Amino acid sequence: MAKSPEEEHPQKAFGWAARDSSGVLSPFHFSRRENGEEDVTIKILYCGVCHSDLHIVKNDWGFTRFPVVPGHEIVGVVTKTGKNVKKFKVGDRVGVGVLVGSCKKCDSCQQDLENYCPQVIFTYNSLYHDGTITYGGYSDAVVVEECYVLRFPDNLPPDAGAPLLCAGITVYSPMKYYGMTEPGKHLGVAGLGGLGHVAVKFGKAFGLRVTVISTSPKKEDEAINRLGADAFLVSSDPAKMKVAMGTMDYIIDTVSAVHALAPLLGLLKLNGKLVTLGLPDKPLELPIFPLVLGRKLVGGSDVGGMKETQEMLDFCAEHGITADIELIRMENVNMAMERLAKSDVRYRFVIDVANSLSQ
Amino acid sequence: MAKSPEEEHPRKAFGWAARDTSGVLSPFKFSRRATGDKDVTFRVLYCGICHSDLHMLKNDWGYSTYPLVPGHEIVGVVTEVGSKVENFKIGDKVGVGCVVGACHSCNNCANNLENYCPKSIQTYGFKYHDGTITYGGYSDIMVADEHYVIRIPDNLPLDGCAPLLCAGITVYSPMKFYGLDKPGMQVGVVGLGGLGHVAVKFAKAMGVKVTVISTSPKKKKEALEKLGADSFLVSSDQDEMQAAQGKLDGIIDTVAAMHPLAPLLGLLKSNGKLVLVGAPEKPLELPVFPLIMGRKTVGGSLTGGIKETQEMIDFAAKHNITSEIEVIPMDYVNTAMERLRKADVRYRFVIDIGNTLKSN
Repeated sequence: MAKSPEEEHPQKAFGWAARDSSGVLSPFHFSRRENGEEDVTIKILYCGVCHSDLHIVKNDWGFTRFPVVPGHEIVGVVTKTGKNVKKFKVGDRVGVGVLVGSCKKCDSCQQDLENYCPQVIFTYNSLYHDGTITYGGYSDAVVVEECYVLRFPDNLPPDAGAPLLCAGITVYSPMKYYGMTEPGKHLGVAGLGGLGHVAVKFGKAFGLRVTVISTSPKKEDEAINRLGADAFLVSSDPAKMKVAMGTMDYIIDTVSAVHALAPLLGLLKLNGKLVTLGLPDKPLELPIFPLVLGRKLVGGSDVGGMKETQEMLDFCAEHGITADIELIRMENVNMAMERLAKSDVRYRFVIDVANSLSQ
Repeated sequence: MAKSPEEEHPRKAFGWAARDTSGVLSPFKFSRRATGDKDVTFRVLYCGICHSDLHMLKNDWGYSTYPLVPGHEIVGVVTEVGSKVENFKIGDKVGVGCVVGACHSCNNCANNLENYCPKSIQTYGFKYHDGTITYGGYSDIMVADEHYVIRIPDNLPLDGCAPLLCAGITVYSPMKFYGLDKPGMQVGVVGLGGLGHVAVKFAKAMGVKVTVISTSPKKKKEALEKLGADSFLVSSDQDEMQAAQGKLDGIIDTVAAMHPLAPLLGLLKSNGKLVLVGAPEKPLELPVFPLIMGRKTVGGSLTGGIKETQEMIDFAAKHNITSEIEVIPMDYVNTAMERLRKADVRYRFVIDIGNTLKSN
């Protein structure tokens, strides 16, 4: 007979979980596995609130297993290491992102692309090797196999750096893969939220000219004066969109709702690339003529492998890049989710787990 | 006052044109410009019938002007060259494809991508530098700027190589650009028509393993035995499609009709590329999850520049690749268009202009 979440593992754990698709989170007693030989136990300090967490607690994608403890932008401190662990010691500051397991044998795993492994195990809401469900970072501690743990650079603030573990790698990886790193080229960033604002920072660090494309004119001041974007384009202004046609080399599209691709494709030059990162719950309309007439492409990307995630963190440490966050207490997480649903956050909520998660 | 097609240029010409959106072609007297300093004039021997010709005849894309003389898969023999022409002489076998002019000052032109120049001039139905409308290859002679003339190597039969000038470059260019030309790769070709069958031949010559994806099971035998494809998938067969999931490095999709992209995306491996060269008029549904979960891309491509077209013809000559054709007399052309509309051709009609286009 299946054991309860509290009984299935030997170590007590505590977090907040959603019990059904209302998505409302509340205190939840569960358990973590024993720290195995390859494992590291991490006391969680901070956890970012990713829009995917909201999609999952509401079961928007239809594959949520309740109760679900979300959270895959985790920063914490090592409290225990297994006897085969080589890279970490107790007291190290570490991060855990979106994945905690993979097959290690397939082509993707062999190429440091564990995120594309057909048997990838996500940090929450996935079946682990032992048949139990993974629970994420809205909790006091997590046990993770060493090779899925990241070294968190000392000079990156652990709270503002937490969102890099999903939002950061989600934009960094495609910017490298699709070649969006040539200084002087023109990058459009559609959507100025958790992903978008980090994409602007990376774009500037790569030496690109960056234009933010947004439906909200009131974001312009911050985009330019605080985030360092070079220009701001209101996508609902047809005249401005027309002038900007054929001016961009690439676009990072972070918009997660269903939205029109045609106007974005029009902004691209010949051979332009549109990379879409949001996960709408319905297909998008793709007009083919602009692709054919302009040899343009639309691609996707899904977080990044462990090696690249570490590379991204080190890049952020070198360039002083962090997310712009609003720190919240655990008990305010439901209100944060409601505000997130209305895009009312600049630009990522981060839960101060260590200081506010109490039983 | 605008001159008539017969009077606007000094040299008499004869061809077949459509006069309206019925698209019905009939004999048409017009004229060609005198051979300029940089021009090459050639007697047309063969012209391929491209599906685009049918679209343009019927004004499917809304920018046709009438009378319209189609044809952009044109081959023949040089009869006159201008005083500044360096690369051609009388008697040479030559061809002209989809583009006969461009601005030569933009980035695209500088990169040998005249086909993507915002001011590119198509071989028929477009305004030339002198303000007159271009007339295509369903005609007895062509005059073209040397830059846009392709040399046809001696070992390529003229009739079989005509379709390469559009169909050939249309599949060759994206195979190179999207990196689907490496030996050992697995590439799918959707649609076995004018473009699709040439894509199979090019891919095999590049050492690529080819899977033809088609709605017609009866094309399987020819695909495997005559064209050399390695395998054949019937796209409406769920089991076959399921078994082939995640196997292909890339797909060249030649189908212009509306069709679902989701099953094709499913056939791709991680990082796979779906390249569309047929252009449905309405948008297609793009499911985003497979794109993101597999880091897949959907791209497009349109013919190719002149340099690459010459490279493609030379590649075809080296590997003895020609199109599979049905040669027809000029007066069969309207029937051919009807059959083309029903995809009843294996796999390209070519008009025997040299022997059958007669002005009375």
